[in-house]
Amino acid sequence: MPAIAPHDGPLLELNGVSRQFGSQVVLRDVFFRVNRGETLVIIGESGCGKSVTLRLLCGLLDPNLGSVDFEGRGWRARNDREQRREQLRFGFLFQGSALFDSMSVFENVAFGLRQNTQLKLSQIERIVRERLNEVGLPYSICEKKPAQLSGGMKKRVALARVLALTPEIMLYDEPTTGLDPVMTDVINELILQTRKQRPITSIVVTHDMSTVKKVADRVVMLHPAPRLLPGEPQVIFEGTAEEAFASADKRVSQFVRGEAGERLRELALAG
Amino acid sequence: MGSEDGKILTRMRDFMAATAITNFSTGLVRGLGQRTVESVQFAGDLTLFSLDLLGWLCGRLPRGRVVLPNLYTIGVQSVPVVLITGCFIGMVLAVQSYDQLRSVRMEATLGTVINLTLVKELGPVLAAVMLAGRVGSSIAAEIGTMKITEQIDALRMLGANPIQYLVVPRFLGCFLLIPLLTVFADAAGLVGGWLFSTQLLGVDSSHYWLHSEEMISGFDFGGGIFKSFFFGAAIAIIACHRGFHCSAGAEGVGKAATDSFVFSFVAIMGLDFLLSILVTVMQSFWFAYWYRPTMGPL
Repeated sequence: MPAIAPHDGPLLELNGVSRQFGSQVVLRDVFFRVNRGETLVIIGESGCGKSVTLRLLCGLLDPNLGSVDFEGRGWRARNDREQRREQLRFGFLFQGSALFDSMSVFENVAFGLRQNTQLKLSQIERIVRERLNEVGLPYSICEKKPAQLSGGMKKRVALARVLALTPEIMLYDEPTTGLDPVMTDVINELILQTRKQRPITSIVVTHDMSTVKKVADRVVMLHPAPRLLPGEPQVIFEGTAEEAFASADKRVSQFVRGEAGERLRELALAG
Repeated sequence: MGSEDGKILTRMRDFMAATAITNFSTGLVRGLGQRTVESVQFAGDLTLFSLDLLGWLCGRLPRGRVVLPNLYTIGVQSVPVVLITGCFIGMVLAVQSYDQLRSVRMEATLGTVINLTLVKELGPVLAAVMLAGRVGSSIAAEIGTMKITEQIDALRMLGANPIQYLVVPRFLGCFLLIPLLTVFADAAGLVGGWLFSTQLLGVDSSHYWLHSEEMISGFDFGGGIFKSFFFGAAIAIIACHRGFHCSAGAEGVGKAATDSFVFSFVAIMGLDFLLSILVTVMQSFWFAYWYRPTMGPL
């Protein structure tokens, strides 16, 4: 079989992507790129399509218009088997952790390994121990069910589950939502540590500016599609975290500083 | 008020009445159209879902450790409730039939009425309906909860196909074990009916069984079990499909569970009707062409 030449262009690319659910337009003609090895943070108001973008990037959702290219090829151009194989290169940390309720912590972390490898139980146990250790959890937690864990522990178990498959691209969907400031910082540190320990590309969706400051190489800000003017791009900012904080665009500066500003007046008027 | 004003008022009233009728008709047609489109979409989606499932059933089956817990939940845990229900069905049939048969002095044939009704119709149908409530609703709620908590997306991202991992084991559980549970329901019904008839209604036990043996063929029993395979398949497919199409929130999960039961119930009744015709036709062919009665000594 001829060797496939490594792809030189961007790792992931959204080309004029639009996505709607029923009559509700969530994404409208979105363009941006994700470069290999970087940590890209996607910010924006609730409902602007950040989580949908994350799902489009890993092929969990298909766009209505445009294409999402992974290593230069659209997800649609791949058959089911190829798509499943490529999706294993992604690790997705879901907003609500998405641990399997009926399984113990061990079974959750071991799930991907059992599903995709022929490893012996002893090897799986070793990997589970290492991954739990990496996220700062003791092996004794293995017998517990997700319902017995705190929010922060659930997030860390979910991270261990994802890391067990050694992904090349990490997708974090609001990883710090609902956590206290200390646990938020722990998760931010884990994102950084994950990146330091292996060559990994990370895409983080968040509202949390401490996460943006701490982990972002580059920031993309989306604006809610229904509030866009005709012809206005939905990506209203693309640059570094410092540039985002210094942005002259009111919509960007208000968001990163957490000021209601115009929105308050809009909402008051709407009320 | 002049006559001209009266005419205008009458015309306005007529116009408003006509508009109301038109709006009502338009609304009715629109509603019917929308329902029709939704029904066709539902049927199409269910068919594609079933074909996807069939593809996985013909391909790689999930591992034993995934299938066995489902078999336990669907089969073993349903046994007590199936036995209790079956037993009561048998006794209720005895209560309902006894007076009528006694009025024509045919109470000795009570066993035939109870047992034939049980093995042909009530055993399979009521066992299936009960399992649609116990197992089907639980499947729909479980898969629905998994969907809204992103666990199904997590399965995909961890390299598992949700149809293969979630639907196939539940389908196998329902398809293989609901017929077995129907046998249990039949057996419990036979025992319940027999106990009630002989111990409380005073029907002679030997006549009870003798008449049953004369009137009930293996075809009657087999026909009931044959139908229950289809009931099992329908319950599993509908329950899983509703789970996968669950909308967000507690209300969505509740609706998925309710829909699963209601749709399964309708499907069981519809299938029962069609399969009863099929079994009757098959039985007629069997007796007409292949059946050779064994002759006893002259």
